[in-house]
Amino acid sequence: MSSSQKKAVALISGGLDSMLAARCMQEQNIHVEGLNFYTGFCVEGHTHAIRKKDQKKSKRNNALWVAEQVGFKLHIIDVIEEYKSVLLNPSHGYGANMNPCLDCKSFMVKKAVQWMQQNDFDFIITGEVIGQRPMSQRKDTMPVIAQESGANDLLLRPLCALNLPPTLPEREGWVSRDHLYGFNGRSRKPQIALAAQYGFEEYAQPAGGCCFLTDASYSSKLTDLWANRGVRDYEIDDIMLLKVGRHIRPTKHYKLIIAREEGEANFLSGYKKQFTHLFTTSHPGPLVLVDGELHEEDLQQAARIVARFSQGRDADSVDVRIANCPNRADGDYAVAPLAAQDIPQDWYI
Amino acid sequence: MTTYHVNAKHLLCPMPVIKLQEQIASAQVGDVVELMCTDAGSLHDVPAWCRVHQHTVLSMDTQDSLMVFRIQVNADF
Repeated sequence: MSSSQKKAVALISGGLDSMLAARCMQEQNIHVEGLNFYTGFCVEGHTHAIRKKDQKKSKRNNALWVAEQVGFKLHIIDVIEEYKSVLLNPSHGYGANMNPCLDCKSFMVKKAVQWMQQNDFDFIITGEVIGQRPMSQRKDTMPVIAQESGANDLLLRPLCALNLPPTLPEREGWVSRDHLYGFNGRSRKPQIALAAQYGFEEYAQPAGGCCFLTDASYSSKLTDLWANRGVRDYEIDDIMLLKVGRHIRPTKHYKLIIAREEGEANFLSGYKKQFTHLFTTSHPGPLVLVDGELHEEDLQQAARIVARFSQGRDADSVDVRIANCPNRADGDYAVAPLAAQDIPQDWYI
Repeated sequence: MTTYHVNAKHLLCPMPVIKLQEQIASAQVGDVVELMCTDAGSLHDVPAWCRVHQHTVLSMDTQDSLMVFRIQVNADF
C-alpha cells in the first residue's frame, strides 16, 4: 500500500452487497479493510453447529469467507454489551419484529467512525442499496444514518451512490463517481450481474437477513422473556438459549427449554450446572432446562411435560429426574406423561 | 518468545476468533498463541482468519470435540 493510497473501512455482513461494495472500492485502488460486528443475534455458523440436522451445512463465518475471497483484512468486533442499549431503547422503534434496523445501522456506522479515526482511515463504505430493506435502506433514512452516526459525508454507499448526493470521497476525487452504481429496489439482478462481472461465482444469500431479531418466532421468545421476568434486559446466555429447543411456559415463574434432538441436547448440557434440569431415566428422552423457579407444586407438572416429550409418551408411567434444583436434593418422580391435548397451545412460545 | 493460552471452549462462532484476535493484538511478532475451542465452525474460521491476517497456523490438533490451534504471530502488514 502506498502512502498516498486512500483507505476505506467497509461494514461487512457476509452477504453479496457488502462483498460487491468492497470490491468496487478495490477496483478504484482504495485500500479496504472490513469490520464485522457481533451483537449476539447474528445468524451465523454457530446455529448450524448446534443442531445435528444442520451439521452438514457449511459452518463458515460468511464475513470471514468474503474477506478471504475479496482479499482484505477483517476485524470482528464484540459489541454484545454496547448493543443492549440499541435493542432495548431504539429511538426509531422496531420493524416487523424486534428488529431495530435503523438504530442498529446507525450504531454500526458510528462504531466504524470510531475505528476509522483510531486507525487513520479516510472513509467508510457499506453495501446498502436504496429500497433494499423497508426500514434502514430507504432514501429518507439513509441520510439519518449518516447524520446520527457522525459519519456524514464520509459515508459512501458504492452500490447506490448515483441516487444520492456526492460524498466527500467523490468530491475530492478519491473515488470516481463514474465508476459507482445506481442500484435501487429489492431486485437482486444488478448485484448478480455485477458479481458475475467481478468473477464471484459463490456468495451467501441468507433468507430473511442475517439477524435473529427479524425472525417472528425468536422475537416472541424474547418478548416473553422480558414480560415474565418483569425486566427488559438480557445476558448473552439468555439470547443464546432462545435460539435452541422447544420453549414451553406453563406459568409465569418458569418455562421449560426442551432439546429437540441430539445436537441441541449436547448444547444444553453445557448449561446443566447453571440450571435446574430434568431428564427421563426409564425411557430415552430429551434434556430439559428450567428457566425460572420450580416451586413444590410445579414438580409433577414439569415432570409430566418432560415425560410427554420422551419415548415413553405412551407409557403408563415414566421416571423423571429433577436435578440441580436450588434448596432441594435431586429427586426421581414416576409420572404419567401429559397427553398432547393437555398442553395448551398458548404454553408454546 | 512468549506462548499465550486462550481458552475459548464452549464459545460459539465467532467468539473463538474474537478471543484470538484480541490476544494477538497484544502479542509480539514471533509469539505463539495456543487456542482451545470446541465450536465446529472454528475448524474453518480460525485458519481463515489467520490467512487473512497473514499469521501462521503451526498446528491443529483435534480430540473428540476439542480443537487446539497453535498460531505464530507474524507482522500485521
